[in-house]
Amino acid sequence: MYEIISKRLIAPAVWRHTIKAPEIARKRQAGNFVIVRPITGSERIPLTIVSSDTQAETIDIIFQVVGATTMDLAEAKSIQDIVGPLGHPTHIENYGRVVVVGGGVGIAPLLPIAQALKQAGSRLTAILGARSKDFLILEDDLAPISDELLIATDDGSQGQKGLVTNALKPLLDKKAVDFVLAIGPVVMMKAVSELTRSYGVKTMVSLNPLMIDGTGMCGVCRCKIDGQTKFACVDGPEFDGHQVDFDNLTRRLSMYHAEEKKRKEIRS
Amino acid sequence: MPLNLNRVSMPEQESQERRHNFKEVNLGLTPELARAEAGRCLFCKKPTCIDGCPVRINIPAFIQAVLDNDLNEAVRRIRVDNSLPGICGRVCPQETQCEQTCVLNKKGAPIAIGALERYVGDYAIRECLATECVVAENGIKVAVVGSGPSGLTCAGELRKQGYSVTVFEALHELGGVLVYGIPEFRLPKEAVVQVEIDTLKTMGVEFKTNYLIGKTLLLSDLMEAEGFAAVYVATGSGYPQFMQIPGEDLNYVYSANEFLTRMNLMQAYKGDAAATPIFVGKSVAVIGGGNTAMDAARCALRMPGVEKVSLIYRRSEKEMPARTEEVKHAKEEGINFQFLTAPTEYLGTPEGAVRAARCVRMELGEPDASGRRRPVVIPDSEYEIQVDAVVVAIGTQANPIIAQTTPGLEINKWGYIVTDEDGLTSIKNIYAGGDIVSGAATVILAMGAGRNAAQKIHEVLAR
Ligand SMILES: Cc1cc2nc3c(=O)[nH]c(=O)nc-3n(C[C@H](O)[C@H](O)[C@H](O)COP(=O)(O)OP(=O)(O)OC[C@H]3O[C@@H](n4cnc5c(N)ncnc54)[C@H](O)[C@@H]3O)c2cc1C
Ligand SMILES: Cc1cc2nc3c(=O)[nH]c(=O)nc-3n(C[C@H](O)[C@H](O)[C@H](O)COP(=O)(O)OP(=O)(O)OC[C@H]3O[C@@H](n4cnc5c(N)ncnc54)[C@H](O)[C@@H]3O)c2cc1C
Ligand code: SF4
Ligand code: SF4
Ligand code: FES
Repeated sequence: MYEIISKRLIAPAVWRHTIKAPEIARKRQAGNFVIVRPITGSERIPLTIVSSDTQAETIDIIFQVVGATTMDLAEAKSIQDIVGPLGHPTHIENYGRVVVVGGGVGIAPLLPIAQALKQAGSRLTAILGARSKDFLILEDDLAPISDELLIATDDGSQGQKGLVTNALKPLLDKKAVDFVLAIGPVVMMKAVSELTRSYGVKTMVSLNPLMIDGTGMCGVCRCKIDGQTKFACVDGPEFDGHQVDFDNLTRRLSMYHAEEKKRKEIRS
Repeated sequence: MPLNLNRVSMPEQESQERRHNFKEVNLGLTPELARAEAGRCLFCKKPTCIDGCPVRINIPAFIQAVLDNDLNEAVRRIRVDNSLPGICGRVCPQETQCEQTCVLNKKGAPIAIGALERYVGDYAIRECLATECVVAENGIKVAVVGSGPSGLTCAGELRKQGYSVTVFEALHELGGVLVYGIPEFRLPKEAVVQVEIDTLKTMGVEFKTNYLIGKTLLLSDLMEAEGFAAVYVATGSGYPQFMQIPGEDLNYVYSANEFLTRMNLMQAYKGDAAATPIFVGKSVAVIGGGNTAMDAARCALRMPGVEKVSLIYRRSEKEMPARTEEVKHAKEEGINFQFLTAPTEYLGTPEGAVRAARCVRMELGEPDASGRRRPVVIPDSEYEIQVDAVVVAIGTQANPIIAQTTPGLEINKWGYIVTDEDGLTSIKNIYAGGDIVSGAATVILAMGAGRNAAQKIHEVLAR
């Protein structure tokens, strides 16, 4: 059992939990994730570690309630199982002029990496995308570390109206970008990668395939990278966006749609 | 006295009934059957059966105790060499081990040693015979990484010697392949595996789930900050292999580990109520010929709605590495065996779900390095079978996590940990054994390695 120290609703259906997990807090680096099984009988799901506090021995996760397991997690008083930190931590160096692009709840995994890149000396531009003003998260955490902060919302309720790629393109045109990191819905990561490819700007993305164990045992998280099969939990979750087969990922993510829907109905 | 060649057969659930449930297939010997079988043993002066057992159980001695109806003595006799008889009696490939070398095998009726061992093991479980009385702790800490049969055995042996033993397990449940791989109908989880683990808990072994060593804590953390005097690494070889043929990434093409993990560990076999589901459709193809392939095929067959399960194996029946009993049971239940056949490609629907497997026929050529005749493709023999799901059970590789995070740990070119015959790795006081050293093998070999390493660790630490 892992104690939930605090929980906050930070946007509609988006929660931030602070959880007591001393060893994970000590070992965790930017880019790592955990596998969480909220209650006995629920699924094991991957969630990024957004921050950690080695003094308080806690980690923070931010997640959107989308199905049965995240519903359980939102309601949980304590957590049955957490294992981590998993995955390779992000490779951090001073890339020069960096643009980090986050979409929706993807801004959560983006934050710790943006902080690390900034600390390594990069010049940081953050582009945050959300459905509307209400759904925008972590703006206050990213603003102080960003040399430039751009916001794009679908309905124009905050920042510019439209997609994050619209905000990114002018920067690429100005040749003001050395490195891009994009985390968000698969369609967004694909669009960003396609855009930067034509400019020859190196782009990393963090993939979110289905997972079970997160230790390299089951193979459900396999992705196609440059034609090769890779396990996102041990080889990733970050990969070169120009080498990722995003359509394959989208397809594999849809594998249990029918069952997930049914489960959600039973659950609610 | 004339030889009695009437080998008893294990009572089992009827095949057409059991193919619809996940309850244990083999029902166990009755006391009458057990004594009848024990009575057939010749109690040889030179018991060749022992030579076939990797841990050299004194087989005639325990069989004598069964005959004398002294089951406590039988338990003691077996546990000198094997602490998990209820498990080995069920899953050992006896036909290539103890029963193969039994003198009566020449007459075609070896003693049913596995069935007798299970009989004794089940008695121990029923009577909750703790392995030994609880031994006081000597204050020296030893860590075991991985809770499969190898880790469990090593932990039990070291605890008996007085060490404070902590087992670290990456998953949320203990037992390794015994729990996430081998299905309920072959090895009951609560009734058998859990009881053995509870016995270890009673003996004072501490278990920590959700610890992925190499990530949560490094091996060096265990040795330094955590104060363990020695570590035994028994992480198994659970990294699934694929054939690297087109279409393997289509939806509902599973690795056997994914399929069995969903089924067993995450309990997808419970159907709609299961949080982690599995889709099988009507027609399933399983690729491979080992125990894993048999287990996957028989699990699939038991799911509601499944009409046909084909098992596709590239060599002939003779070369199949699965236990003979599993093959027999699989056939009785109606698995469709396609020998000398291999898939070359999977075809998908526009939505990306697998719909067919393209296969070729093979014939056996010259023997390869393993001594088995190498399968060669017969030209123009291609054909397609319609499938809704595919399970790839062609083997596993070494998991890279510990090797990647432990500088100085020697591994071979396949990623398995290198040890000397005592189980010692290239790092002082770090031992390893089971599948992570040998490559995918058997429960009894994994246990043997655990026991062996425990002895060596004790010798070194007691100095
Ligand atoms: C390495 C990694 C890090 C992640 N970090 C975060 C994070 O920090 N915050 C967060 O909110 N989510 C994160 N995710 C996604 C998260 O794991 C899923 O949202 C979660 O598994 C949904 O579980 P559920 O049972 O509630 O929903 P389900 O019933 O499983 O699914 C409901 C809906 O969500 C979709 N879905 C299911 N799994 C995923 C997935 N892995 N990615 C995207 N969509 C999915 C389904 O297709 C379905 O439409 C991460 C995923 C990975 C692989
Ligand atoms: C489906 C299937 C059927 C089989 N049937 C038979 C059979 O009938 N008879 C037979 O003799 N053999 C059978 N085998 C083989 C047998 O199960 C294995 O040889 C045996 O389990 C190996 O034992 P082990 O202890 O080395 O590893 P495992 O049983 O694989 O256990 C390793 C454990 O370590 C954990 N782990 C891995 N990495 C870490 C880490 N970094 N930190 C912490 N924990 C970690 C894993 O989660 C796992 O629980 C079968 C195997 C499979 C997959
Ligand atoms: S442990 Fe296995 S090989 Fe040894 S006697 Fe028992 S069943 Fe036979
Ligand atoms: S070899 Fe066979 S008959 Fe002889 S002691 Fe062993 S089990 Fe009995
Ligand atoms: S989640 Fe199982 S191998 Fe990656």
